[in-house]
Amino acid sequence: VSFNAPHLDYAGLAPVIALTVGICVVLMTAVFDRAKRSGPELALLTLAATAALLLGQWGDSKDLISGALRLDDLAISISLIAIFSAAFAVFLSVREPAAEQAGGGEYHALLLGSVLGMVLLAEAQNLVTFFVGIETLSIPLYILCATNMRRGRSLEAGLKYLIVGSLGSATLLYGMAFLYGGSGSTDFARIAAGIGSEGVLGDPLVLVGIGLTAVGLAFKTSIAPFHQWTPDVYEGAPTPVTGFMAVATKAAAFAVFVRFFDVALAPQAGEWQPALAVLAATTIVIGNVGALGQDSLKRLLGYSGVAQAGYILGGLVVATEAGIDALVFYLAAYAFMNLGAFAVVVARERETSYGDDIRSVQGLGRKRPLLAWPLTISMLGLAGLPATAGFIGKLYLIEALVEGDYTWLAVFIAVGTMISLAYYLRVVAAMWMRPGGEIAPGATPAIAGASPEADPIDPQAGRRLHVVAPALLAAAAVVFFGIIPQPLVDFAQHAGSALF
Amino acid sequence: MTNSVLWTPLIFGLVGLFLPRRLSGWWATLGTLVTLGLAIALLAGFDSGASGLQDTVDVSWIPGLGVDYSLGIDGLNIFLVLLTAVLWAGATAFAAFREQERPHLFFLMMLLGETATLGSFLAQDLLLFVLFFDLMLVPFYFLFGAWGTDRDGVTASVATLKMIVYTLIGSLLMLVGAIATAIISAHGGHVSFSLATLAEHPLGEGSQRWVFWFFAAAFLVKMPAFLLHGWMPDAYRAAPLPALAVFSGVLAKVGAYGFLRIVLPLFPAATIQFQEVVLLIALASILYGSVMAFTQTDVRLVAGYSSVAQLGFVTAGIFALRADGADGAILQMVNHGLVVAPLFIVIAILAERSGSEDMREMGGMAMRAPVLATLFLIVTLATLAMPGSANFIGEFYILNGLFQAKIVFAIVAISGVAMSAYYALRLYQRTMHNRKPDGLESREIGLRDGLVLAPLVLCILGLAFYPQLILKRTDPAVERAVVSTCRTPNCVTPEIAKQLVTAETVNQ
Repeated sequence: VSFNAPHLDYAGLAPVIALTVGICVVLMTAVFDRAKRSGPELALLTLAATAALLLGQWGDSKDLISGALRLDDLAISISLIAIFSAAFAVFLSVREPAAEQAGGGEYHALLLGSVLGMVLLAEAQNLVTFFVGIETLSIPLYILCATNMRRGRSLEAGLKYLIVGSLGSATLLYGMAFLYGGSGSTDFARIAAGIGSEGVLGDPLVLVGIGLTAVGLAFKTSIAPFHQWTPDVYEGAPTPVTGFMAVATKAAAFAVFVRFFDVALAPQAGEWQPALAVLAATTIVIGNVGALGQDSLKRLLGYSGVAQAGYILGGLVVATEAGIDALVFYLAAYAFMNLGAFAVVVARERETSYGDDIRSVQGLGRKRPLLAWPLTISMLGLAGLPATAGFIGKLYLIEALVEGDYTWLAVFIAVGTMISLAYYLRVVAAMWMRPGGEIAPGATPAIAGASPEADPIDPQAGRRLHVVAPALLAAAAVVFFGIIPQPLVDFAQHAGSALF
Repeated sequence: MTNSVLWTPLIFGLVGLFLPRRLSGWWATLGTLVTLGLAIALLAGFDSGASGLQDTVDVSWIPGLGVDYSLGIDGLNIFLVLLTAVLWAGATAFAAFREQERPHLFFLMMLLGETATLGSFLAQDLLLFVLFFDLMLVPFYFLFGAWGTDRDGVTASVATLKMIVYTLIGSLLMLVGAIATAIISAHGGHVSFSLATLAEHPLGEGSQRWVFWFFAAAFLVKMPAFLLHGWMPDAYRAAPLPALAVFSGVLAKVGAYGFLRIVLPLFPAATIQFQEVVLLIALASILYGSVMAFTQTDVRLVAGYSSVAQLGFVTAGIFALRADGADGAILQMVNHGLVVAPLFIVIAILAERSGSEDMREMGGMAMRAPVLATLFLIVTLATLAMPGSANFIGEFYILNGLFQAKIVFAIVAISGVAMSAYYALRLYQRTMHNRKPDGLESREIGLRDGLVLAPLVLCILGLAFYPQLILKRTDPAVERAVVSTCRTPNCVTPEIAKQLVTAETVNQ
């Protein structure tokens, strides 16, 4: 018996290796030197190194480890989005009670572990690496959600995410088994090649496999009707983690979604497109309607994330290069818009006793313009108003949809956006249009049940550079790419052209 | 030149953020005056004989998506640009004379509003137009919501939200329609949103039919037209008056202008097919707006509903699909802007004296304030289209066009002229004549407010004496816009129409 080890392209694997080493270093430093608390610095260093290694291979397209992974511009761009939001989370986690309670090193190592899963997932083109990636991504997140150990809500969120996430993973795995059984291969390309002339619909095994895989991915990307966990988990998890999860998980899961459907299953597009289009439309409606009337900003952003996933899914449905460009563009714009909003929520959560309730931002425009503007710009961007990256993103998506003969879905995006104004502008109105009641620092928390487990209030939180600077940076990016979108368009087009 | 007109207000607004509070109003006024100067220079350099675009700017903006940054001036928009500059200067100055809460933000939003409005008039790229059209909403959202007043349980932010949702329904559908237009007309080739390119490659009739309504929805909501005006009463009652003056005076016209600039040239077949439907909506707006203006006692709503009626006239003029109807429509857009903005300023002045905006609590002002009464009388007479005013000529042109196109519609529309006399005079009498109610402080208009109001009234008078200023310059462009639509046999050629107009003007 001879065993041929696959050829390893170490340059291509370097980002993954760098992350793995980084995780070990962060963890070990924390174990051996508890007092030093160098977790954030080391985590940022790891992220920077990984980003540099990825950028060094910008423009390359190569299969790694016998085709188990594929490093191309799609993988790189999605990984960069994940790394960017992880760096954001590191900044926002400074002075975060959760990070302290979980032990500095563990918290950051878990965060990096999740990023590792995302990088793998973005590169996966084999069922095995696909599953390994998605689990590497999810398991650290289950724990991170529960790191705010003194808050019941956080523990509840962690448990809920674990159960629902496992259900999603199980569904996915079950689907993969069917796919393997039907096609005899775990490789995306060979699965597609194994589909007979009658197409997906003619082969029940493959059909069930594809269906279950899509459902598993829908769980991860919070596409309706598999989104129910999203608002609860978003609300309970520590806010920096929520921000990271909202942006990066979605980006990574969409990357593999694209690779599986738009690349491998492209010849059968006509058969799966209508189903996914209906899912996208449902998601847009359910997400937007669900967000109406939410008083918790994190729940609101959770439902808004569901709706936005519906828009993004539109880019996947058309299965064209323009569609993938639009998807990547939107994911990048979505990252800026969401992270800016979460940074402000973090600040207000620590400053006031209202938690993430909408009352915590009341009157912010008058008193704290440096916090009010980023949140305002984020909300206007998510609502797709002009001069923000969100407008260009919607424009891009609608253009791709109309070009791909899915004009009706474009109309759904328009209608969904219209509904979304009601809740995004509600936040803006709270900031600018109501007299802000002065909230005394340290006052009795207004939300019932929060008092025994409330985190200490830090009235200076919103003035600290590690919160304000990321918020302003994200807001500036939203406006900049709304006025000069071409650099981001180029970025997205690189990703799209890597696949066609 | 077009570039500097467009961006001057915004630049002033941004610089104003760094000035001391008490200066921000004056600085903003200076900004609007500079813009006005630039707009006048634009008019001075305008070649009235040419029908094509002048002073164009054309830069590729998002090459990946086929969007250009392209601006230009022609007979359709030159006077609307000028109107924008004039009204904004007036309203900003009026606001600067008064104490504003959070002045930095207020004036930034005013000036951002001016840039966005100018942008939608100047844009020669379909997507750029949609972008500016939507952008107009952002500053007015803040202005209405944050500086507005809560009334009868409707908070300013709720009223504003209603306005935004209404208008964005239309605008978002318009965005889809605009993209569809560009993609269908590209036939798989390079997508371009340039209006000139799109006009050369019109859509098939089937596509035109649905895209037409996507655009019409956006424009009719903005005006607002009958059935789509649901946002208007609450928003008008909530809005701060200086912002409302420009909102009602200019923003409503962007909708009507959109029909002329985009719908007629780009969707000619659909325009002809749906001509009567739109005319019906326009007539309904005239009748409904007039009747509602009879019954309202809130002076803002009298002005608001009269705008619905006036914009109905403008729409009817455009959809007569005759050169003279469209000429009249443009003249009337300028006229209406010039009367409605002073009207709101007078309302603001009156409200400061009576403490109420209900006309039942006003009256008897003319005795003590003859100058104010005179200025207001001129505005009133212009509103009711007194012969001799430019409004009369505008309405005459519109009705003339409509008579040749659809005589039945014209006959009904004439009743609107009569009704306008009633609501305008009612407004004047109830506020200026009658017995002075207790507690009303009757005093003359101040010098500062006079400085704002008098130039606007002078503009009305100037146009009354010399409407040719507008008609001469708009005509070539209007013909181009209408001719492209009117190629069917049941349309009279514009040449004939023009002869008819000249003949009738001479008779008059």
